[in-house]
Amino acid sequence: MKLTIVNYGAGNIKSIQFAFQRLGYEAILTDNPEEIISSDKIIFPGVGEASSAMTKLKLSELDQLIPQLKQPVLGICLGMQLMCNHSQEGDTNGLGIFDVNVKRFSNKVKVPQMGWNTITNLKSGLFKGIKEEEYMYLVHSYYAEQCKESIATSHYEFDYVSALENDNFYGVQFHPEKSGAAGEKLLKNFLEL
Amino acid sequence: MLTKRIVPCLDIKNGRTVKGVNFVDLRDAGDPVVLAKQYADLGADELVFLDIAATLENRKTMHDMVLKVAEQVNIPFTVGGGISSVEDVDDLLHCGADKVSINSSAVKRPELINELSKKFGSQCVVVAIDAKEVDGKWLVHLAGGTIPIDIELFDWAKEVEKRGAGEILFTSMNHDGTKAGFANVALSKLSDLVNIPIIASGGAGTVQHFIDTFKEGKADAALAASVFHFGEIPILELKEELRKNNIEVRL
Repeated sequence: MKLTIVNYGAGNIKSIQFAFQRLGYEAILTDNPEEIISSDKIIFPGVGEASSAMTKLKLSELDQLIPQLKQPVLGICLGMQLMCNHSQEGDTNGLGIFDVNVKRFSNKVKVPQMGWNTITNLKSGLFKGIKEEEYMYLVHSYYAEQCKESIATSHYEFDYVSALENDNFYGVQFHPEKSGAAGEKLLKNFLEL
Repeated sequence: MLTKRIVPCLDIKNGRTVKGVNFVDLRDAGDPVVLAKQYADLGADELVFLDIAATLENRKTMHDMVLKVAEQVNIPFTVGGGISSVEDVDDLLHCGADKVSINSSAVKRPELINELSKKFGSQCVVVAIDAKEVDGKWLVHLAGGTIPIDIELFDWAKEVEKRGAGEILFTSMNHDGTKAGFANVALSKLSDLVNIPIIASGGAGTVQHFIDTFKEGKADAALAASVFHFGEIPILELKEELRKNNIEVRL
C-alpha cells in the first residue's frame, strides 16, 4: 500500500509517520502532486494557524488537488478544519469538502482545549472496534459546528463535531497519532478502509 | 468531558534519566525511552522531559532521545531545558516533540513567546514558571529556582498568556520536594486569572494532594516525579481514586 502524508510545512508530521511505523507501514512525506495522486491512502495533517496554513497550501496548488482526490483522505486537527467551508481563524476560506464552518471556543472555557476528551455518537467504519466514550487527545482553540457529516461528537463548552465524513474524505479533530492504543486503532481502520 | 491530566516528569542528563527510578522491573531504568513507554502503558496522560544539564555539546544527544521517544511512545510529550531560540524549537519539533517548555529564556526575552506561538502555534508553547512566596509575594525565580527576580508570578502569567503561551507549568519552590501538597491557593488564583491550562508542579506526596490540587487548586494537570518514579503512587490507582472523588480522568 502506498501511504502518503501531505507535507506542506504545517506542523509536526513526524509523529504521524512514527505512528504508522509502529503499525508496520512506511508513510511517504511529500508535497509532490504526482506522488499524492498515485497514493492509496492520504493523510492531510496540520498544526498551527489556519490562514497561514491555507496560504502554504495555495502556494503548492494543493488546495486545487486535495478536493479532487478519489482515494481515502484523512485530515487531522487543522487538516480537518481546512477541509471545512470556512474558519473564523484568520477569516479563512477552506477547501469546502465538509459543509460546515469552524468557530472559536468562547472565553467561558480555557482555550485551547488541551488534553483527553471522550468521543461519542460514533458513526463510521473509521471507529470500528472503538467504543463509545473512548478517550482521544485534542489540542485546539477552534471547533466544527454540528452538521450532517458528523461521525463523532465531543463536549467542551457545548457539543461539537470531533470527526467528519463525506464520501472518501474523513477528518478528525483529535490526534490519533497521540491517542494511545485507541488512536492507533483508528489509524489502522483508516488503512483498512 | 475533558479530563484532568497526570504528567510524570523525567529529568534527563546526557540522554539518561537521573535520580533513581525503580517503580517496576525495568531492564534499564536509566533509559528515558523504556521509561516513557512504560509510563504510557501505565496510564500517564502526557510526559515531560527536562534536560537538566542542557549544553550545546549534548544537544545532539537530546535530539536523538526525542526522536526515539517520538518513534515509540503514543502519548504527547513536552521537552524543556536550555531552549532559547526559534531554531531550538524547530529542531525539537522536527524530532517529534509535541510541545516545548521555556523558562529563563522567556523571562530574559519575552518576545520569544510571541515568536514561537506565531511560528509554531500556541498549542506547543508551554511557559514554565518557578516561583517562591516571600513575605506574601510570589516572586519568579530563575536558574532552577535559585535566583529571585523582581517579577511577580501573577503579572508574569498574564503576560505570557497575552504573548501567546498555550499552557503554564507552575512550580512552587516553597512546595517542591516537600511532599506536603501543591500550592493550591496560588494555583487557584492563577487559574482564575488566565484562560489557558495550568499544570501544577511541586509538592505531590499523596493521592489526596492530587485530589486537592484539582479541586481546590483548579489545576488542569498535575506533574510529579519521585512519587511516580519510586512507585509510591501507581498512576492507575491514583486515577481510580480521582474518579471516585468525581474528578474526570482517562481510565
